[in-house]
Amino acid sequence: MDLGPHATFIIASYAIFTLVLASLTAWLMYDGARQKRLLEGLQAKGARRRPRSGETESTQ
Amino acid sequence: MQTQSITQKLANPTRFMALSGTLLPWLAGIAVVLIVYGLYRGWTAPPDYQQGETIRIMYIHVPSAWLGMMGYALIALSSFGLLVFRHPLADVSAKAAAPIGAAFTLLALITGSLWGKPMWGTYWVWDARLTSVLLLFFLYLGLISLRTSIEEETLASKLTAVLALVGVVILPFIKISVEGLSIPWLGLEIPAWNTLHQPSSVFRTDGPKIHSSQLYPLLYSALGFTFLFFALHMKGMRNEILRRRVKALRIAEVDRARAKEAVAAAE
Repeated sequence: MDLGPHATFIIASYAIFTLVLASLTAWLMYDGARQKRLLEGLQAKGARRRPRSGETESTQ
Repeated sequence: MQTQSITQKLANPTRFMALSGTLLPWLAGIAVVLIVYGLYRGWTAPPDYQQGETIRIMYIHVPSAWLGMMGYALIALSSFGLLVFRHPLADVSAKAAAPIGAAFTLLALITGSLWGKPMWGTYWVWDARLTSVLLLFFLYLGLISLRTSIEEETLASKLTAVLALVGVVILPFIKISVEGLSIPWLGLEIPAWNTLHQPSSVFRTDGPKIHSSQLYPLLYSALGFTFLFFALHMKGMRNEILRRRVKALRIAEVDRARAKEAVAAAE
């Protein structure tokens, strides 16, 4: 396909567009996997938001 | 039995996580299909009689500009939901939308600049349209910076929401900057600023001023990128909910450890 004398501008536009959106998507995927891993790690260690029965909840 | 609105149902983060987990692959899939189809039709359409092959940039530039503005409108709406209705997910939505809206606004600026050089003879002019979109990008950066600079999350979300609502004035300014505004029954007449940027070719009161061979690919492409925006936004919201759960667990564990220490010291 012949893009004419302004091919560089067209290709650069699409290249930057793809790069930015791919980076954004990759960052969101990485961040999601990281948060999930952290949450699962804490839960595996027995971390919980409410105290077990018999434990007093902090008033702080 | 009282029926709940969709926003009330989604106020529960656990319910949102379950629903969004099902919806997200569909949103992403529809986005990919529409984008591929729209861009395929755009690249196989005949070149423009004036702009030649550079018209291909339109299929990414115009959706980027629309979504940059839509992202800010979404943040403003979410901020309103936070400040007025205290919706539990409103702040999560506003926070997740900011980097995505900023990315699309940046892409509108870059692709517009690369389109402007061969068509206008310059990458940039300080006219009303280009400058107002640059201000929109800075507003996004301001929102992100303000939020990250305040450690206390509730305060950060409220201050960011106030800034977002103040900044929403930029949206009509961007629109009026090229086309002006005329509301005869109100006696309101705002002339268009002097600008190199062309007025809207699609959303006009007298119908689109663009040939159907370019209009339909543009609409498919824009719809596809809109689906992509919402898929990314949903993913960002899910990440933020997970992040807040991690933070809540850590705080609860620290509080519990301190309480145990206090009991042990008292004994």
